[in-house]
Amino acid sequence: MSNEVTSLASGHEGTLKDQFSAYLSRLRAGEMGSLPAVVAAVVLALIFEIASPFFFTKLNFTNMFVQAAELTMLSAALVFVILLAEIDLSAGVTAGVAMAVWIVLMKYLAMNWILALILAFAAGLLIGWIIGFMVAKIGVPSFVVTLAFFLGFQGMQLVLLGEGGLYRVEVPEILAIMNSNMPGWAGWALIAACAVTMALLAVWDRGRRSRKGLVNKPISILIIKIIAVVVLGGVAVFIMNDNRSQGAIPIAGVPIVVPITVAILFIGSFVLDRTKFGRHLYAVGGNPEAARRAGIKVAKIRIYAFMICAFLAVVSGIFHSSRIGNVDGSAGHTIVLSGVAAAVVGGVSLFGGRGKLSHAAIGAIVITMIDNGLGLLQMPAGISFLITGSVLLLAATIDALARNRGGVINRN
Amino acid sequence: MEGPVIELAGVKKSFGPVDVLKGIDLKAYAGRVLALVGDNGAGKSTLIKGLSGVQPFDEGVVKFDGQEVNITTPRGASALGIEVVYQDLALCENLDIVQNMFLGHEEMLTGTLHEAEMELLATKALQSLSVRTVKSVRQKVSSLSGGQRQTVAIARSVLREAKLVILDEPTAALGVAQTEQVLNLVRRLADNGVAVIIISHNLSDVFKVCDDIAVLYLGRLVAQVKTSETNSTEVISYITGAKTQEGEGK
Repeated sequence: MSNEVTSLASGHEGTLKDQFSAYLSRLRAGEMGSLPAVVAAVVLALIFEIASPFFFTKLNFTNMFVQAAELTMLSAALVFVILLAEIDLSAGVTAGVAMAVWIVLMKYLAMNWILALILAFAAGLLIGWIIGFMVAKIGVPSFVVTLAFFLGFQGMQLVLLGEGGLYRVEVPEILAIMNSNMPGWAGWALIAACAVTMALLAVWDRGRRSRKGLVNKPISILIIKIIAVVVLGGVAVFIMNDNRSQGAIPIAGVPIVVPITVAILFIGSFVLDRTKFGRHLYAVGGNPEAARRAGIKVAKIRIYAFMICAFLAVVSGIFHSSRIGNVDGSAGHTIVLSGVAAAVVGGVSLFGGRGKLSHAAIGAIVITMIDNGLGLLQMPAGISFLITGSVLLLAATIDALARNRGGVINRN
Repeated sequence: MEGPVIELAGVKKSFGPVDVLKGIDLKAYAGRVLALVGDNGAGKSTLIKGLSGVQPFDEGVVKFDGQEVNITTPRGASALGIEVVYQDLALCENLDIVQNMFLGHEEMLTGTLHEAEMELLATKALQSLSVRTVKSVRQKVSSLSGGQRQTVAIARSVLREAKLVILDEPTAALGVAQTEQVLNLVRRLADNGVAVIIISHNLSDVFKVCDDIAVLYLGRLVAQVKTSETNSTEVISYITGAKTQEGEGK
């Protein structure tokens, strides 16, 4: 065996310019990631800014983050199953049932809200496990299993809450998530924490590569990425920290939901990118048979994915209850399709194995912008649905074409 | 010559009333390439599935490095040092070369994937086979040609330090130049001291790269000969049952 360290390339070589041209050739090969969604977001922002004087007000800018958080969380939940080329149509109603469990435990058993919330999460995990078991062990297609749960859980919500039952959320900590803001300094601290985390992770990775005698990418790429995060995040925090109230009482600061969402996306991405479980999840999504032959317990991965999906869906349910201030029997019936749309628009492939949590967040912002912008233009709701549907179809088409470009279809 | 890496004696396998393997004796040696040939239904795949633990044998003795072993699962086979490169390759197209080579056997450091270590070891494994056709070890497998994919699949067995590598029709879907590359790769694999078994329908490939040829006919091993001591006419008559090693005709 050769003692020479490396003569085969690893994609880390070359200057900033080389890296950029390598990125361009990946784009041409169909690995576009979330780029189309980012472009769409910028274009939509320009259109709505021109069309409506309210779109880029401080109030609406902050509102969009709050609206997008709920969808981001549900979409991130769905990413875990879409990566396996599965679907969970019941994610929204799972959240609805978990919230119903939560409120009923508090109202009728006078349970402490935290304990009740833990049990609500447990209910979500149990639902995820049952779905995963049905799909992975029994072999029922996830579309059918979750469609059945989607119908059944609408009934479960009514049973738990009673016909037309509507309960106010009276837990200040939960209401604060969507309705309260952090002090100004905390917004800046959030940006600083993001930048420091990025830098530390990069130093960690580069150290590991250097110790093995491997080439690192030019450090300028890292610096550019960190500057981009600081500048974009800084502008957002600057806007949100300014008083956006139209009344006498000032409202300012980054909504509390933002750091929660960022933290969950970070943890989820860490699991997907840097753990054995994450690697195996992508492998099962890419080629289940290859994964099985490599000794991966495919059924276990599938079950865990559905459990994570249900868990994050419950988080999204909490955001929803916090925003509207109550729990009712119709929660979560429609949001799941927007969640799938957000993931696909953001660049997560419905064919499995390709996509990231950050894609879900970007897709959720695009879908939220369409909804919000058309609302400001006082378009009827029908138009909003039509446009969102068209965007989803467009994104799915791009996904299929990119897959063709990669040569996957031609070979099969 | 050293003792065989793997030795089968009286191996049998049946599916219900159908006896697919009727008592096979076979030996494969380190540093040598053994071709396993035979017509469709001769039992080649069943033999391989038994060796890889996918479908354990019903009867017979399997000795690995002189020790009697019982291979019942793919994991058990892998733990012994038996790696199978399947015809459909079993690679994940959405993952890169390094990720595929370490799939299911990831190197970890403080609870996270040790990408640097894996990249280094994968690169070394590819270099030990003198692979130069791959542009970058971080290329996605979806962007590789058939020959390059075969290369990755074979290099994976080097990484696992396999003592016996079984290749199922490694050149079936390849063009002329790529077939040449893969056959060279197989030769180097054996030269690195690995025992190699190749299943092939292509006799010209077999004569190019193999040291020994074993012929299966309807669940029996009808011949195991040195490539240098036979020719394709004789091998074809074994395959078609026109000739057995004990004597002409039956």
